[in-house]
Amino acid sequence: MKLPAFDYACPATLAEAVALLGSRDEAKALAGGQSLVPMMAFRIASPLLLVDLRKLSDLRQITIDNSGVRLGAMVRWRDIEDDGRLNAAHPLLKAAVAHVAHYQIRNRGTVGGSVAHADPAAEMPGIAVTCDAEIAVVGAAGPRVIRADDFFIAPLTTALAADEIITEIRLPAWPAQRRWGFREFSRRRGDFAMAAAAVFFDVDDAGKAHNTHIGAIGIGDRPVRLADAEAEVNGEVVDVAVSERAGRAASASVNPQSDIHASGAYRKSLVGTMVERALQSAAGLPCR
Amino acid sequence: MPVSFEVNGKRVTVEVEPRMTLVDCLRHQLRLTGTHVGCEHGVCGACTILLDGEAVRACLILAVQAEGCKVVTIEGLSNDEALTPLQASFRRHHAVQCGFCTPGMITTAHALLTAEPDCDADRVREVLSGNICRCTGYISIVEAVLDARSAYRTPESQS
Repeated sequence: MKLPAFDYACPATLAEAVALLGSRDEAKALAGGQSLVPMMAFRIASPLLLVDLRKLSDLRQITIDNSGVRLGAMVRWRDIEDDGRLNAAHPLLKAAVAHVAHYQIRNRGTVGGSVAHADPAAEMPGIAVTCDAEIAVVGAAGPRVIRADDFFIAPLTTALAADEIITEIRLPAWPAQRRWGFREFSRRRGDFAMAAAAVFFDVDDAGKAHNTHIGAIGIGDRPVRLADAEAEVNGEVVDVAVSERAGRAASASVNPQSDIHASGAYRKSLVGTMVERALQSAAGLPCR
Repeated sequence: MPVSFEVNGKRVTVEVEPRMTLVDCLRHQLRLTGTHVGCEHGVCGACTILLDGEAVRACLILAVQAEGCKVVTIEGLSNDEALTPLQASFRRHHAVQCGFCTPGMITTAHALLTAEPDCDADRVREVLSGNICRCTGYISIVEAVLDARSAYRTPESQS
């Protein structure tokens, strides 16, 4: 459908953008527009003012240092794909982003847009929660930092206030020896995940896993960590049996709803398989 | 509001409402009807154009966002004299049936082959997965794109 009518502003500075967002009700920030514009076409969203962030080039930086990886909110999927430094600095991010949408969308869609949109099946919110990321935002009341786990509240609902703009997603530093895996299932390439699992753990001198993080998307109303599955892995040498136990624990700990894409029971089963395979991949075991 | 950008090498200024998508602007204001509109919500790929050299969906971009940009449409990827190597390859492989998806397919393939002239069949399939065709079954399209790769290789990359 054609888009509903709205006013449009394209500020040159972040301060102006924040002021515009606070200037009236139903104002919305426009980043890549790859989720917001379809929502408007479907009348799921009808903002009265769009504040285009495209001139805010400060938000397009990828910064990598000892504190980790900082993704400016306007960094596109394509920029992550093209940045060779991330292969070592955050291989899990790189692997997850490879599953985001299609070629043309990847040239426009942004990490900040995806996080603000908060689709429960989207990869970037899932990586943010799995990796204990921080979301830096700025609003009329000034800047603040929100933990990813506190940021995502429900489908398409976040802790972001109406006059706030995401400036940066901060992923903690990634040790070189860390083991990781990512598995996602969708019927067609580029579609939203029916379920996906992102996992990482560190290994001690005895080969045992600790600091295990297992996150899942597509199986609830927000991306989640699966504590029961993590508990099956911590203190263990990850082999097929451990991965299978963790997979069963993952399935048992979620209660996905049914929708037109898959039944709840199917997603419940699928997330276990994704966790199992992601762990096997992380441990260097042969797996699908 | 007025918006100025370049289309197929020509500078244009048009008066648009903010809600007008770039694809509607190209078709209705500028009468460049080669770019097709399918789903209008970013899933079918028919409206693919090049924005500053990158393949994007023109139904998910507002015309006002094209300010100062270089737009290339399917009209800019063809000429009046002869078929381009990519077009000729589509013809040779019968990669066109009803033709509705073809402008988007050609534009996407052009962007891919320009950036990655040595891409393999898997990569072609991955990239074209963002373009829906309901006639061909895709096999002939993938073959046509693979067959056109040589035309995009520079002498250095061939050696």
